[in-house]
Amino acid sequence: MLKIDKLHAAVDGKAILNGLDLEVKDGEVHAIMGPNGSGKSTLAQVLAGRDTFEVTAGSVDWDGTDLLALPAEERARAGLFLAFQYPVEIPGVSNAYFLKAAVNAIRRHRGLPEYDAMDFLSRVKAEMKAVGMREEFLYRSVNEGFSGGEKKRNEVLQMALLEPKLAVLDETDSGLDIDALKVVAEGVNRLRSPERSMIVITHYQRLLDYIVPDRVHVLSKGRIVRSGGRELALELEQHGYGWIESGAGAAQAAGAAGG
Amino acid sequence: MNTIDTWVARHRERAATLPGAALPWLTGHRRDAIDSFAAAGWPTSRLEAWRHTSLAFLDQQPLIAPEDAPHPATTLAALRADFDDGGHWLVFVDGHFEPTLSVRPPLPAGVTISALSEALARQPEAVEAAFGSAAGDDTAVVSSPYALNLALCSDGAFVHLAPGTALEQPLHLVFIGATGAADSHVRNLILAEANAEANIVEHHLGGGSTLGTVVTRVQAAQDARISHIKLQQQDEQSIHLASIEAEQARGSHFATHSLSFGARLARNDIRTRFDGEGCETLFNGLYHVDGRRHVDHHTLIDHARPHGTSREHYRGLVDGNARGVFAGRIIVAQDAQRTDAVQRCDNLLLSKMAEADARPELEIYADDVKCAHGATVGQIDDNALFYLRTRGVDETHARQLLTYAFAAEVIERIAQDALRRHARATLLARLPGGALLEELL
Repeated sequence: MLKIDKLHAAVDGKAILNGLDLEVKDGEVHAIMGPNGSGKSTLAQVLAGRDTFEVTAGSVDWDGTDLLALPAEERARAGLFLAFQYPVEIPGVSNAYFLKAAVNAIRRHRGLPEYDAMDFLSRVKAEMKAVGMREEFLYRSVNEGFSGGEKKRNEVLQMALLEPKLAVLDETDSGLDIDALKVVAEGVNRLRSPERSMIVITHYQRLLDYIVPDRVHVLSKGRIVRSGGRELALELEQHGYGWIESGAGAAQAAGAAGG
Repeated sequence: MNTIDTWVARHRERAATLPGAALPWLTGHRRDAIDSFAAAGWPTSRLEAWRHTSLAFLDQQPLIAPEDAPHPATTLAALRADFDDGGHWLVFVDGHFEPTLSVRPPLPAGVTISALSEALARQPEAVEAAFGSAAGDDTAVVSSPYALNLALCSDGAFVHLAPGTALEQPLHLVFIGATGAADSHVRNLILAEANAEANIVEHHLGGGSTLGTVVTRVQAAQDARISHIKLQQQDEQSIHLASIEAEQARGSHFATHSLSFGARLARNDIRTRFDGEGCETLFNGLYHVDGRRHVDHHTLIDHARPHGTSREHYRGLVDGNARGVFAGRIIVAQDAQRTDAVQRCDNLLLSKMAEADARPELEIYADDVKCAHGATVGQIDDNALFYLRTRGVDETHARQLLTYAFAAEVIERIAQDALRRHARATLLARLPGGALLEELL
């Protein structure tokens, strides 16, 4: 279980998260919604271990481990996965090399034998087929020249290969047309399991038509101001974020944070 | 007291035994050259072209032949193990041709590959036409170190490709420094007639010669295709001063790749001139220096004629207290319309004390041209580093991977498979974590 307690984080001295509380139990899918600048992506980056953000107060407990004490790579090896809002292009590193380095780093940590080239290729090709990626993407540089949709598919491919315990998807729907969105959502749904939790960050309700969350939280000014079931997302869709920010929605949400 | 007199004396001592000593045109050139060197002295930072790479220190320090260098045969065997191409190998030790180490399989009709000393004995007229002079010609780099080269060059390669001939396998020219010489000077002449084609590789290895000068002159006639690669990897005492001078006739293609992996100081002056329409050239280079090493690439692409295409890509990995210098000049003459030129130089600084200078210079006198240039000096991309770490790759390995990837883009431009593989292996062997990277390739 993931338990975020009164988390405060800042970048360049500017506070972005202001006492965020959240609990995600094993197997649950939580959606976090919020307007631009509410701190959604900061939460994702802080969880993944980006050190440009300074955690100024609060804690994150993950199955008894102090998550914030671990460097990014150790979080990944322990089973945390962040699907990036803007996947990074790495010219000169082939996707195949990148995926193999990642998968083997994590398998080593888990005490599993590393894949040899043949086993790895057959595994990765099967997963690529599932997310609708052509084989040529293995031999191209990581994300370089990929379209928005191809980049997001590549993120879902990595998630499938790395088999995380906790996946954080940061606006995986942004920039996708409806077909790409469906493929990405199917990829995510395929990975839902009682051992795997997910935090799905999104600006729009649309994604939640395809990835149905157990809980929905609304983030505003660095705090969760309202939590509820999936109907909360529909309500937001109707009223817009102004409804929350004006205080009307937030008032009803007092004490409702958490899962 | 300076060392110029020592060099003049060396010329006097060696003149009678240098190849071509019986050829008046050559002895005349050599005399002019040593005079010109003595008058100019070593270039200092007062000269614009040597602003970042002064050789003034050579004025003060006598050269001392180092001791323990590995036997040339050992160095050569290690290199040849990377190739099983059945190609031609000409081996030079401390600037002198070594027939016993060279490998010379039969050549197609119309192709001559020989040591310069052999060519001067057999076909001096052919050599004379291409040799160059101290006064320089339109393409020569007029600079005192290359005048010294002309005065003292003891050998080199002479390659002549008759019209329409092609070398299937690369020609390897191996220059090994070994114990026993404080200086070496070689001059290579590559003459490709119409439609001829060849891959030529210069390997500069070992230490030994404290000061080595190299001049490689290339003439590519109409529609000839010459690919040239220079792999330079020497010890920390070596000073390597090299000039590559090409002239291209209509429709010819010339690629020159420079992989400069250090000496104490390495300077590469690389230039080509388009003498006919529709020429193409690729200047591609990678340097990796650490410690207190210094590497400098000075390039000139002279678009003298229309419809020429040039691509220039240099990348530097600069570590420790090392310094990487790049100055790239492109001239587009007034009637060189439809010129298409791209120049880039990107540097990755791997330590706080490392320094890189990148200076593009474009002189465009034509109006219908496409010219792009850019230069960067930076560090490893934090976003890429974080991305790799979130995938479980530790920071050290991620840095190594990104460093390799940055450099590998240059190597991937080498078209010939065996040469590309060799270049990649050479780079990996130099980078920390290289073995781990190799395993994953």
